[in-house]
Amino acid sequence: MNSAPHIEIRDLTMAYGEFVIQRDLNFVVNKGDIFVIMGGNGCGKTTLMRALIGLQRPTRGTVYYGGEDFWGVEPQEQERLKRRLGIMFQGGALWSSLTLAENVALPLKEYTALAPRRIGEIVSFKLALVGLAGFEEFYPAELSGGMKKRAGLARAMALDPDILVIDEPSSGLDPLTARRLDDLILELRDSLDTTIVVITHELASILGIGTNSVFLDTETHTMINTGNPKEAVVSGDLRVRHFLTRGEL
Amino acid sequence: MTVNGANVANTRSDTGNERQWRLDPRPMGDGLLELSCAGRWCMDQDLPAAGMIVSELDNTLRLSFDTAQLSAWDTGFLAFLRALFVLCAERGISIEQDGLPNGIRHLLAMAAAVPEQKAAKRSNARQNLFFQVGAATVAFFRGAPEMLHFLGEITLSFGRLLRGRARFRLSDLWWEIEEVGPRALVIVSVISFLVGLILAYLGADQLRLVGAQIFIADLVAIGMVREVGALMTGIIIAGRTGAAFAAQLGTMQVNEEIDAFKTLGISPVDFLVLPRMLALMLMVPLLTLYAGFVGMLAGLLVSVAIFDIGMFEYYTETLRALELKHFLVGLSKGSVYGGMVAYAGCLRGMQCGRSAESVGEAATSAVVTGILLITISASLMTIIFYRLGI
Ligand SMILES: Nc1ncnc2c1ncn2[C@@H]1O[C@H](COP(=O)(O)OP(=O)(O)O)[C@@H](O)[C@H]1O
Ligand SMILES: [Mg+2]
Repeated sequence: MNSAPHIEIRDLTMAYGEFVIQRDLNFVVNKGDIFVIMGGNGCGKTTLMRALIGLQRPTRGTVYYGGEDFWGVEPQEQERLKRRLGIMFQGGALWSSLTLAENVALPLKEYTALAPRRIGEIVSFKLALVGLAGFEEFYPAELSGGMKKRAGLARAMALDPDILVIDEPSSGLDPLTARRLDDLILELRDSLDTTIVVITHELASILGIGTNSVFLDTETHTMINTGNPKEAVVSGDLRVRHFLTRGEL
Repeated sequence: MTVNGANVANTRSDTGNERQWRLDPRPMGDGLLELSCAGRWCMDQDLPAAGMIVSELDNTLRLSFDTAQLSAWDTGFLAFLRALFVLCAERGISIEQDGLPNGIRHLLAMAAAVPEQKAAKRSNARQNLFFQVGAATVAFFRGAPEMLHFLGEITLSFGRLLRGRARFRLSDLWWEIEEVGPRALVIVSVISFLVGLILAYLGADQLRLVGAQIFIADLVAIGMVREVGALMTGIIIAGRTGAAFAAQLGTMQVNEEIDAFKTLGISPVDFLVLPRMLALMLMVPLLTLYAGFVGMLAGLLVSVAIFDIGMFEYYTETLRALELKHFLVGLSKGSVYGGMVAYAGCLRGMQCGRSAESVGEAATSAVVTGILLITISASLMTIIFYRLGI
């Protein structure tokens, strides 16, 4: 174990061409956090996620995983760091030519030496965790949007990653399913020691499970608040309180 | 001055006054302009542009509203007010909204609450021709390194394949093989038959002048097997399969499926591009052979039925003309064209943006690039084979 922060974002600036999405982001995600990235639609949450998980090189700044500079190391090292991540994309990003079971099984086949039957059992369990038991042989095209998301989460969890990055898990889910997903996230953190980075607008989730957060502002293109969302709602920046109370304040 | 809906040419004049909008700017002195909006302001009729009272605004400092006579309104009215507010803002005129109904005030406030994201708006001013040509040229040369890079990735991927380390599903390869092979037979048959027919007709017509009609067999056999079979098959496959590859990979790009591969450390080139390249490089040569035979069959038919050449004669002449090297040239061309089409399709698919629109562009561009690459490699190979004396 080293004492470097689990994930550290330093001076991160992201842009598409000339159009700066977010600039000068600095924050730390600690082990065991349920870290919420929040902000209005289109403020750059997904873009930030893409920089975190190595899909898009930031214009400036970098991300440290356990003290290792992700954007500064060799590609092989990046692959090794990426191995610690499980990612759920906004729309699920399921591979459309594979069944749900095959989708979840692929990472297991690639990176474990498990026998096919074990893999089958693990896959069924993961699908059941997200409430999709029995959908093993379905193709992604045969699922609703919310189901695709949950299947995407099952795939992200397939290898029991150290860090789980989830893009808008509960938008498009009914309240009870969303609640179940929150419970699942808490459970993953408590029982598997997973650090969770979750992008969400869902107030109930933010206040219910978030232990730490960053708020990305659309207008100033930078972060305006960090810390526990429960505290942010009473003592944070006015814009954040506004957001967290649906504009009541 | 009262402007009235009835003055607008296409408004029916038999409707009562409440059925139409009325706009009446009343100068109240002290720079105050009261705008009386009355009647019906709905989108099912011809509503005025805010610009029509622009002349009234010149000596105005404050604008207020009187909507006591307003009988109905919808978004049409809101849009009019919004445009009017812009005009007022430009002239520094302050607006008193008290005279507007509550609902309108709230809706306008909500529309104004989120400021327009200036940077996000794209300028679509048209550039002049020289600029466009220059930009396209620059874009083309910027694209070249990317094309080479992709070629390099594919080469590495083939290297992994040879060392048995490439990861893809054999079932994918089979699926692609079936897709480009058996399923393409019908269209390849039709086109090759027609091309064989054309070749035979053209040739026979000329050869008759010197009484050497029997050489139709040579012309059709060598032409189809060596050149035309591969070329036609390549072009058909570019339109049929190259476009499909680009659309498939492009859609995967849109759905973030490719990103999902990358984050797992699985090379999307191994998993997606390799089986497609292999399928085409294996199947297009076979299709080329097949196209050659169908073309010769058409030549035979034309010769026997129309130019009175004996079937056996034609057959022996064909056998005499065809040497192994012609087959090898045809097969190697087929393989190269297949590779080119797969490369173009996969390249454009992987370069695809994140919208449905860009999938369409990727498919179009895949066909264009594929045919361009086929043409270039056809010329190069013709020169090379000529030099080698094959
Ligand atoms: N590929 C792209 N090219 C240019 N602009 C993009 C691209 N992807 C996203 N954007 C812009 O970046 C901003 C942030 O997008 P995103 O990170 O997806 O937002 P969100 O916070 O809703 O996830 C948006 O304004 C969007 O228009
Ligand atoms: Mg997003």
